[in-house]
Amino acid sequence: MKQLIRLTVNDRALEVAVDPNATLVDLLRYHLGLTGTKKGCDLGDCGACTVLMDGKAVNSCLVLAVQANGRTVQTIEGLESAEGLHPLQQAFIEKGAIQCGFCSSGMILSAKELLDRMPHAQEPDIRRAISGNLCRCTGYQKIIEAIKDVAR
Amino acid sequence: MSDHRVINSRLPRLDAPVKATGRAVFIDDMSFPNMLHAAMLQSPLPHARILKIDTSRAERLPGVKAVITSKDAGLVRYGVSPARYDETVFCHDRVRYVGDEIAAVAAVDKETAEEAVGLIKVDFEELPAVLTIEEAMAEGAPQLHAEYPRNLSAEVHQEFGNVAEALKTCDLTKTTTFKNKRQDGAFLEPPGCIAVFDLDGRLTLHSSTQSPHYVQRTLAMVLGLPVGKVRVVKPYVGGGFGIKAAVNTGELTACLLARKTGKPVKFIYSREQVFMLCRARHQFVHRMTTGVKKDGTLLALQHECYLDGGAYSSFGIATVYYAGSLLGGPYKLPNMKYDGWRVYTNKPTCGAQRGHGGVAARAAWEQQLDTIAEELGIDPIELRLKNMMQAGDVTCNDLNMSSLGMKECIEAVRNASGWASKKGKLPRGKGIGMACGFFVSGAGYPIYRSDTYHCTATVKLAEDGGAVQVYSASAEIGQGSDTAFGMIAAEALGVPLDCVRVISGDTDFGVDLGAYSSRQTLMTGHAVKEAAEEVKRQVLEALADELKVPAADMDIKEGRIVFKNGLVDYSGIRSRYIKEHRGWSDSPQEDALTFREASRIAYLAKGTIVGTGKYKPPALGGTFKGAAVGTSPAYGCSAQVAEVEVDLETGKIVIEKMTDAHDCGRAINRTSVEGQMEGSLAMGMGEALFEEVKFDDRGRVINCDLAEYKLVTALDMPPVETIIVESDEPNGPFGAKEVGEGAIMPTIPAILNAVYDATGLRIHELPLTSERVHAALKARGIKQ
Repeated sequence: MKQLIRLTVNDRALEVAVDPNATLVDLLRYHLGLTGTKKGCDLGDCGACTVLMDGKAVNSCLVLAVQANGRTVQTIEGLESAEGLHPLQQAFIEKGAIQCGFCSSGMILSAKELLDRMPHAQEPDIRRAISGNLCRCTGYQKIIEAIKDVAR
Repeated sequence: MSDHRVINSRLPRLDAPVKATGRAVFIDDMSFPNMLHAAMLQSPLPHARILKIDTSRAERLPGVKAVITSKDAGLVRYGVSPARYDETVFCHDRVRYVGDEIAAVAAVDKETAEEAVGLIKVDFEELPAVLTIEEAMAEGAPQLHAEYPRNLSAEVHQEFGNVAEALKTCDLTKTTTFKNKRQDGAFLEPPGCIAVFDLDGRLTLHSSTQSPHYVQRTLAMVLGLPVGKVRVVKPYVGGGFGIKAAVNTGELTACLLARKTGKPVKFIYSREQVFMLCRARHQFVHRMTTGVKKDGTLLALQHECYLDGGAYSSFGIATVYYAGSLLGGPYKLPNMKYDGWRVYTNKPTCGAQRGHGGVAARAAWEQQLDTIAEELGIDPIELRLKNMMQAGDVTCNDLNMSSLGMKECIEAVRNASGWASKKGKLPRGKGIGMACGFFVSGAGYPIYRSDTYHCTATVKLAEDGGAVQVYSASAEIGQGSDTAFGMIAAEALGVPLDCVRVISGDTDFGVDLGAYSSRQTLMTGHAVKEAAEEVKRQVLEALADELKVPAADMDIKEGRIVFKNGLVDYSGIRSRYIKEHRGWSDSPQEDALTFREASRIAYLAKGTIVGTGKYKPPALGGTFKGAAVGTSPAYGCSAQVAEVEVDLETGKIVIEKMTDAHDCGRAINRTSVEGQMEGSLAMGMGEALFEEVKFDDRGRVINCDLAEYKLVTALDMPPVETIIVESDEPNGPFGAKEVGEGAIMPTIPAILNAVYDATGLRIHELPLTSERVHAALKARGIKQ
């Protein structure tokens, strides 16, 4: 039996009917078409599905869609503004922080949560903030450099 | 730095903007109308006879559109190397590991497909299983494959020079046994695919593969389709590291189900299934005896290696050869004997992973070299400098080091790490260590015996002028190959990168063996360069006809035509171009003839301007059995220094700093080269410290997730000082060679050597978990 939920996704107010066992990541990806949120493990281990819920970074595979009822969700697709890309997106592009790109959405959102809270975060804070986002390609070095560049 | 206009710079990757914004489409982001979802039934037992498969209940479940077993799939044997085609799509008489595929279902959604899989009933007769190398090789052991007695998937016996004689003349010999652990590829994106048959019976498989070409051939062979009716297209791929270079059962299954149902079928591996698919780094047991003269001159290596292969061969035959051949360099070694055995066990199949076959061997040997240096009282760096090869040297197993910046790499890490002020001078618990390595820039031969080009490329100019399209079947899997080829095309043609669009990963665009053995930059790079040069020639020829200026007197640079002998009146071309584009707001204003105008003139004169390129290496290597494995047109090399702190109470290791130098020939994109170096190092660090796929006594993976299978996180990763060393590789396009795999080679032994420096302990088994280090400390009675 589907349940009706109301949530705001990337500044759009939505009303959707969801299965009670549907996860937020599946709602975003398969029902709302927001495939920028990636699914790497579906177990809350890899962080690829990280989105911001009421400003907090969450693994969207561990959040039931019904738990997002009344919440505000921001995904990678919601980061660009009329002025263009978010500074983190720009820095990831310029600093070579992206290889396969599968972790990038979650990584950028985890970094955004940190910088929203701590605009001049230092390297230890940065490492901690993205420690739940696995990357198998980059060795994190250029990701950290990109985030540091924005935090400067 | 160089007189190149595009390459050798730090341009942002072409695919970075789509990836930074979530627009890049990966396989699970795709769907087709009426698409079905597949699920697979996999064996719960490590070894059993299949007595009966009953799919009737699954077939009756509403929403199920097809259930297939070996009856539908047939028993065509396939694999990676034609010498060992030992797999079928589904098991028909026997299962050989927990995860072996038995049947598959296509249904309207994934949940229904998975429910149906649970309704398939299989009667097994359990057989005794072999889960270790020792069990598999024991007298009277249960056999996995009747065709391959003694559970030997492959064995290698090679000798170069005379090791026994040489060892007699050595002043010091050292024997050690070393063991790593089975790894998982742990790419962030689980593999997946969507198979689509059109009404004419043509198959298109969209797959997260590293090698569209090999997948195309295997699909054609197993499904009995003409190759011309099979197209494989690769969307963006979330990492592969070797594992996605082999065709997987999911790909074959989706195609079979699509053929049976007439509908598109999607299959995506779950993370647990990735561990069962495996195809990643083997467990190796190396026993090495190295002999040297008093002055440190290396004389001989006697080397035995056993590989725990899992249930099938996959890339494993190449692996067992590489495990020996990749010790031929980068040091002068006149005598080398290698005996390798790859053993079948009732576990998921191992295959190729970054640094294919050579990583554990390198770790074992470089640690042994440090032991030898210490006993001889020689600084480990001096020992290596003394023995290292130089450009032009050929190894005892016929690998030609056509360029080799080994000395430059060693000196770079020695200086940057402050080696002289640290080695032997650090307090207890702190240590510094170094190691070297080298790797192929592309396998010298294809996996199947063939005279095929290893890659082809097509460069086409947009008819309207100015835009360059580069087509190839190469595989961008995250390493940055599309950007490298865009830069190579731009450089060769004389235009800025933003004129170039790269379209790759589609078998319709030609042959490319794919992204493995660090081959694409050198090989596909050659093909792209040749195609771009051909296009440039055609444009200049058309211009020569038009302007009555010899083509040799013109060039293209930064998107403009350069007249070598002074100004030429091109106003006719310009006014023609502007007339054709009346109303357009971007008429050329430059005080030079633009590439845009020139390529338009070329089109008007000759039709669509297309250039093609191709590459295959010349005949390489010796004539002995297995001589092909290890050959390459060029070799990258590297050196690293690790600085560690070991907690002498708990055994916990913290890597404090890594200094890394790699000779990649001429760097095409410096940022991408550093990215490959840093990523390789992180993977090596994971293998050194944490990574181990563990099994229970029933052959089940017990840590089949990314929480219990531990990868390096941002908190583990130390600062890395990354130093690019450039040599001018004569066999590489613009002098380029590999970086993607060679860069992992020194990491593990550099850490092992640093741990020894910190603790006085030589540990010969990976990973260096706190538990293992603590036990070793305790055994030695070492206290703070």
